[in-house]
Amino acid sequence: IMPFGNTHNKLKMNYSSEQEYPDLSKHNNHMAKVLTPEMYANLRDKETPSGFTLDDVIQTGVDNPGHPFIMTVGCVAGDEETYEVFKDLMDPVIEDRHGGYKPSDKHKTDLNADNLQGGDDLDPNYVLSSRVRTGRSIRGFCLPPHCSRGERRAIENLSIESLDSLDGDLKGKYYALKNMTDEEQQQLIDDHFLFDKPVSPLLLASGMARDWPDGRGIWHNDNKTFLVWVNEEDHLRVISMQKGGNMREVFTRFCTGLTKIESLFKDRGHEFMWNEHLGYVLTCPSNLGTGLRAGVHVKLPNVSKHEKFGEILKKLRLQKRGTGGVDTAAVGGVFDISNADRLGFSEVELVQMVVDGVNLLVDMEKRLEGGDSIDDLMPEQK
Amino acid sequence: YCLNILSCFLYLCSAEYPDLRKHNNCMASNLTPAIYAKLCDKATPNGYTLDQAIQTGVDNPGHPFIKTVGLVAGDEESYEVFAELLDPVIKERHNGYDPRNMKHPTDLDASKIQSGQFDERYVLSSRVRTGRSIRGLSLPPACTRAERREVERVVVDALAGLKGDLTGKYYSLTQMTEKEQQQLIDDHFLFDKPVSPLLTCAGMARDWPDARGIWHNNEKTFLIWVNEEDHTRVISMEKGGNMKRVFERFCRGLKEVEHLIQEKGWEFMWNERLGYILTCPSNLGTGLRAGVHVKLPLLSKDARFSKILDHLRLQKRGTGGVDTAAVGGVFDISNLDRLGQSEVQLVQTVVDGVNYLIECEKRLERGQDIKVPPPLKQFK
Repeated sequence: IMPFGNTHNKLKMNYSSEQEYPDLSKHNNHMAKVLTPEMYANLRDKETPSGFTLDDVIQTGVDNPGHPFIMTVGCVAGDEETYEVFKDLMDPVIEDRHGGYKPSDKHKTDLNADNLQGGDDLDPNYVLSSRVRTGRSIRGFCLPPHCSRGERRAIENLSIESLDSLDGDLKGKYYALKNMTDEEQQQLIDDHFLFDKPVSPLLLASGMARDWPDGRGIWHNDNKTFLVWVNEEDHLRVISMQKGGNMREVFTRFCTGLTKIESLFKDRGHEFMWNEHLGYVLTCPSNLGTGLRAGVHVKLPNVSKHEKFGEILKKLRLQKRGTGGVDTAAVGGVFDISNADRLGFSEVELVQMVVDGVNLLVDMEKRLEGGDSIDDLMPEQK
Repeated sequence: YCLNILSCFLYLCSAEYPDLRKHNNCMASNLTPAIYAKLCDKATPNGYTLDQAIQTGVDNPGHPFIKTVGLVAGDEESYEVFAELLDPVIKERHNGYDPRNMKHPTDLDASKIQSGQFDERYVLSSRVRTGRSIRGLSLPPACTRAERREVERVVVDALAGLKGDLTGKYYSLTQMTEKEQQQLIDDHFLFDKPVSPLLTCAGMARDWPDARGIWHNNEKTFLIWVNEEDHTRVISMEKGGNMKRVFERFCRGLKEVEHLIQEKGWEFMWNERLGYILTCPSNLGTGLRAGVHVKLPLLSKDARFSKILDHLRLQKRGTGGVDTAAVGGVFDISNLDRLGQSEVQLVQTVVDGVNYLIECEKRLERGQDIKVPPPLKQFK
């Protein structure tokens, strides 16, 4: 793998820390809230073994001041060691973003779907589809903001080899973005599987779209219920989904698939980035821990109009989105409801919250349909 | 042992070599695997690498009809350290100018321009622009925040020393008031954060709008952009057809600014091989585009229009700038060349060429026929 130097960091040392310090006066993101001139001075001459620097970490947050209502993270990792070398910045960002998660806290990983209670019978009259996604990074390689073309291709090759070994209901096929036929492309679009070159300035400013579409692709099983994105925002994004309300089946396939993929990578001498403090290590600090978003598309036309809807979601530790994904509006009273947390809870715990929470929301919806009150159904803070 | 190291290295380089099969830009046409292997582990003294220089060309395959350059310089030394790639790219882009054995002439003596006053029934406005880089500071794709701020400080300091008709004011993008912003928009002076992926992929928009700004003189005939695509972009313009006066102000302003920065120990990036050094290889040499907005409703419909322009070494654009369409028969006509001819030569080419186009338009108005002129020589 080609060594990836960052000698430009030494150039900056010709200037004082004050001269280099970014202007964050109009910024509203986690990085801008945490970074101080003292912290910048202490960290700016450091780099990870692969050469990722503090300015590399924060560039996306400097370039994207943020939104007055949405708090973006404003920093990314270029490799696994970023979270160590730049601890002084990353720890408080993680603490802010993940509800008070401390540097000394330990994260629990639980991918045993048997530990989930229920979840196989979310009412399909309301729950239209169920989905669980996460990400995985291959230890020893740089992450999307920093990886070289050679590294990205090596990740793609490893992924193809491993995924090709899957069998049974996980047997599938890889479609490289740069090689797919027009027909394949159209099919992937129709299935809503195809991902595009990122357009969000949050991603572009961190360098994740370099060399597009080299090394990028989509793998899915023949049944179209298990999907892996290669080299988009993370090394791997893994998605299990199906129509209807059998979240248990979705999660079971998710765990089985992930566990198999992990062992296939291990057979080839590679493991996933993971540690007992941060759980699974991904590019964006917001996806640490489980990196897991378990969600449903659910019809809640009445509940969603209730004045306490926001409060209910908060107590259940759930979040809502439109069915087009983050930042879209709900259409026809159909919402995307998913877990708000990523770190500090295990996979099973998070999926349990979604299962229990959605069941409650559907009960509330039925009550309101019948013109009855839902006051007695109000949940406690989870 | 040596052979193993070499083959290992070549293997690693080939694993990194970009996939340029769908690409159509000057970088892709000239970057062979051999050149890549030779240059991939080199860096300029500031640490700028080949991969950084070519990133914009890898990310933007180009257009089948427009051939973009596909690489940028991160600093002055890029043109030396990566000469093996840059020289053939320069030769291709600048119609055969070979940096290895040719010299570029610089001439900013505006008094040499002849017949530089156009018929104002046809020419609506005249404009000359170029760029200048401050030697010793990295260019926009690579500069640190401190370097960019230093460029701003050096340039604004020098501009504050301009007098007479060049007296003016600097408007920093981070600090301008809403009123100032609106005025600059109304004057068509304000530049925006780049959105073209050609520029953003090269890293030129980092830290926006930190250390970016606009300076112009009180008469609004001399304008300088700070830290947009280059350290500075310098523009002289006015309504009407007095190209000679526009160019005279241009030369005078440039020389004054150069003198003022030299007083403080700075200078512009220049060498006799490549002329003035700018970020994009397409702007080397003079970096000069001299143009007019001119009414040519009849000539522009003549089938020979493109050929006439080509022979006169001119190009046409719509009045909104590059990639816009002409409106009401009004065209932006400017020089094609940048490198290998001096500023005076290029402006004279525009003067002679536009005068010829106006003559053609007048002849067509009178029902007379026009002639396609013989092609001008490339390098004088």
